[in-house]
Amino acid sequence: MIRFAALFDVLDRTTKTNAKVAALAEYFREAPEADRLWTIALLSGRRPKRAVNSTELRIWASEAAGIPLWLFEEAYPIVGDLSETISLILPPATRSADRPLADWIADLIALTGQPADLRQAAILDAWDRLTTPERFLFNKLITGGFRMGVSQGLMTRALSQATGIEETALAHRLMGDWTPQTTTYARLVQTNDPASEGSRPYPFALATALDDAQALGDPADWLAEWKWDGIRGQLIKRPGAFALWSRGEELITDRFPEFAPLADFLPDGTVIDGEVLAWGDGAPLPFAQLQKRIGRLNVPKKLLTEAPAHMLAYDLLEENGEDLRPLPLSDRRARLDALVAALPKLPLAISPAVTFDAWPALAAIRETARERGAEGLMVKRLAAPYHVGRKRGDWWKWKLDPYTVDCVMIYAQSGSGRRATLFTDFTFAVKDGDDLVPFTKAYSGLTDAEFGEITAWVKRNTLEKFGPVRRVPPVQVFEIAFEGIQASSRHKSGIALRFPRMSRWRRDKPPEEIDTLDNLRALLP
Amino acid sequence: MVLSFTDRGIFCEAGGFFIDPWRPVDKALITHGHSDHARAGHRRYMATEAAAPAIRHRLGVKVDTVRFGEVRRIGDADVSFHPAGHVPGSAQIRVEVAGEVWVVSGDYKTEPDGLSEPFEPVRCHAFISECTFGLPVFNWQPQPAIMAQINAWWAANAAEGRVSVIGAYSLGKAQRILANVDPIGLILTHGAVEATNRVLREQGLRLPETTWAGPDVGLSPGALVVAPPSALGTPWAARFGPSAQAFASGWMALRGVRRRRGLSQGFVMSDHADWRGLNDAIRATGAERVFVTHGYTAPFRRWLADQGYDAGVVETEYEGDDADDVEVIE
Repeated sequence: MIRFAALFDVLDRTTKTNAKVAALAEYFREAPEADRLWTIALLSGRRPKRAVNSTELRIWASEAAGIPLWLFEEAYPIVGDLSETISLILPPATRSADRPLADWIADLIALTGQPADLRQAAILDAWDRLTTPERFLFNKLITGGFRMGVSQGLMTRALSQATGIEETALAHRLMGDWTPQTTTYARLVQTNDPASEGSRPYPFALATALDDAQALGDPADWLAEWKWDGIRGQLIKRPGAFALWSRGEELITDRFPEFAPLADFLPDGTVIDGEVLAWGDGAPLPFAQLQKRIGRLNVPKKLLTEAPAHMLAYDLLEENGEDLRPLPLSDRRARLDALVAALPKLPLAISPAVTFDAWPALAAIRETARERGAEGLMVKRLAAPYHVGRKRGDWWKWKLDPYTVDCVMIYAQSGSGRRATLFTDFTFAVKDGDDLVPFTKAYSGLTDAEFGEITAWVKRNTLEKFGPVRRVPPVQVFEIAFEGIQASSRHKSGIALRFPRMSRWRRDKPPEEIDTLDNLRALLP
Repeated sequence: MVLSFTDRGIFCEAGGFFIDPWRPVDKALITHGHSDHARAGHRRYMATEAAAPAIRHRLGVKVDTVRFGEVRRIGDADVSFHPAGHVPGSAQIRVEVAGEVWVVSGDYKTEPDGLSEPFEPVRCHAFISECTFGLPVFNWQPQPAIMAQINAWWAANAAEGRVSVIGAYSLGKAQRILANVDPIGLILTHGAVEATNRVLREQGLRLPETTWAGPDVGLSPGALVVAPPSALGTPWAARFGPSAQAFASGWMALRGVRRRRGLSQGFVMSDHADWRGLNDAIRATGAERVFVTHGYTAPFRRWLADQGYDAGVVETEYEGDDADDVEVIE
């Protein structure tokens, strides 16, 4: 744990990519293999099963610190992080222990399902053997949400430096449903065993935002298609394996039983990159329909009929077990067309190419994206391979300009983590007759300086406090940008926005001139 | 009430004076020279002998001085100043009227820092306490541990040819670091720090040799630069060459604050009492009534009430209300 805490300390203190990669690479060379494996797991979003819930942690920590729980709850929003709050209030450790990270995690895993008094004794014992920075990390292992300021890509680069294995090969090996309990460091990282492929997905290729289409040159070199607003996924059929992965590397096969029949028709060794959409009358339904299904492990019949899932295929990454990613898109696409055309009627279709002969014409087509249920267009170079991750130049996303609405801030709440001392989470209202109706929250889009300024204003202009929330006079006008709007019975305003964020602080605009609820309703599809 | 709370500051009716008032008054008793406690515009000032030079330097006013522990009769009040341990010369002010004793803490810390007169508990009936760090997440390590971190940081930077720029409030924290740092190499100071050094040296405080980082001082690999926190990350701090920059402040206990300021390094060194220090100090006064000012007043008051104190909050205009005011209070 000492070594892991030292690694975290370096990663936490620098913003320099090279310094982070160097520290990680050194760790991957020197830490025990079991610790390396867990570090890879943590940095790729895999965490031990939760043995203790956060309420228990708060209560036990408060007791150990000799303070009432209410005082803990007062301190928590100031610190902005539960694990850190606990690490700071506990009395100093009376013992020390230099145990490997993997051993601490093994202890935690063993606590799962144990009676509360046993778990409490074990956690208190651990706290008493760890320094404040180690406690912070130990608590993070319990609560999850591990962020070390290192992307999976950087971690892969560091691992590549430490092992000499090529980065793209590593990126692929680290995908899939392994956990430190089902594999070892050597098997995961060092062996290249095709039989272990199973349902392992490929790293997703990602696009960059397009500003100037004209600069892309000859339109004949490019494929345009709609950028659908669903769940990007990889559908995998291999011997003994059928899986649907989300871009977030989550296995979502069971959430979409509609695709199960595909297992009978897709040949072994097939991997399709596509978009999962809720489907009705031969067209995508709004994202909100799909969203109802995301959190559910068991899908009720009603949802299956109301919002059946359908995949629009973008790309073919593997055919007959052969990795097609080095081939040009034009070839992959031709193979995809042939594959899908040979299938019977199933919830799978090709995402159609959008034909165009000049960029201005494509720009005009893009304007119709919302009517199609799309967010905009994707523009992909026909000669390009399927890249690992985001590689600028071959894949572009050309999204529609967002909707905007002018509204007024009515509540402010402090952020968490780095933003714990700033007011960053705001509730906004539009006019409805003489009333103000809250209709959305937003927490991003302003610069640090603007957040600082609005924070100072909120402090001086608080009307009421409700815990961490402050009510403020409705005078600060903001322009909120958003990607979509839906009717919603769960919101007082009757509407729900997709991806709302603050696009401008409208200091020039008096609150009397903000938009009305009717303005918003007029945007409903 | 020996003391009452007015919109100009803490007032003693029996003595006709204010303590650390924030609007102009006739007679002001000042706990220490920080700008939120010692303001310009009063007609008469009184402070300790050790605090007065900095107040004169900063405000350009005449100051009537007292020794620590010396009792002065002002009107019907007996007034004395007692060490608060916050910065050199800083005082708690004890006011006794007809046998009832109230103490205003000003800013204080309970750990001796090797430079300021060490904090001295004063028995009283009512204690008006600051609580800048009045939450149980603030627990300082002993000064030697923090100084060891600072020394190691400076040494490591020097070994790699970098300059070490440390942000520390120019009255108090800066000299506390100077008085305790290892003599590893050249020490440069920002003008604001150097001016205060001069004042404190003249009154007999021992500080190591420092060099004012005037406009002709350029690349200074291996040096330690002591500057007000506001100088961190500015072109002023960049002119010494490749540097590591750090901030010495109690707020550095919070990872979020350190990260928001974009600092690679923070040293958790405060001139205010931590959670334990506040509780110990309050207990040592024997006071039944406690009023809390600047800081996490609402939760701290409730905590004290839970402990059996008759506790209240005084709304003041001292700064240091929270982590965003780090520039001012630390």
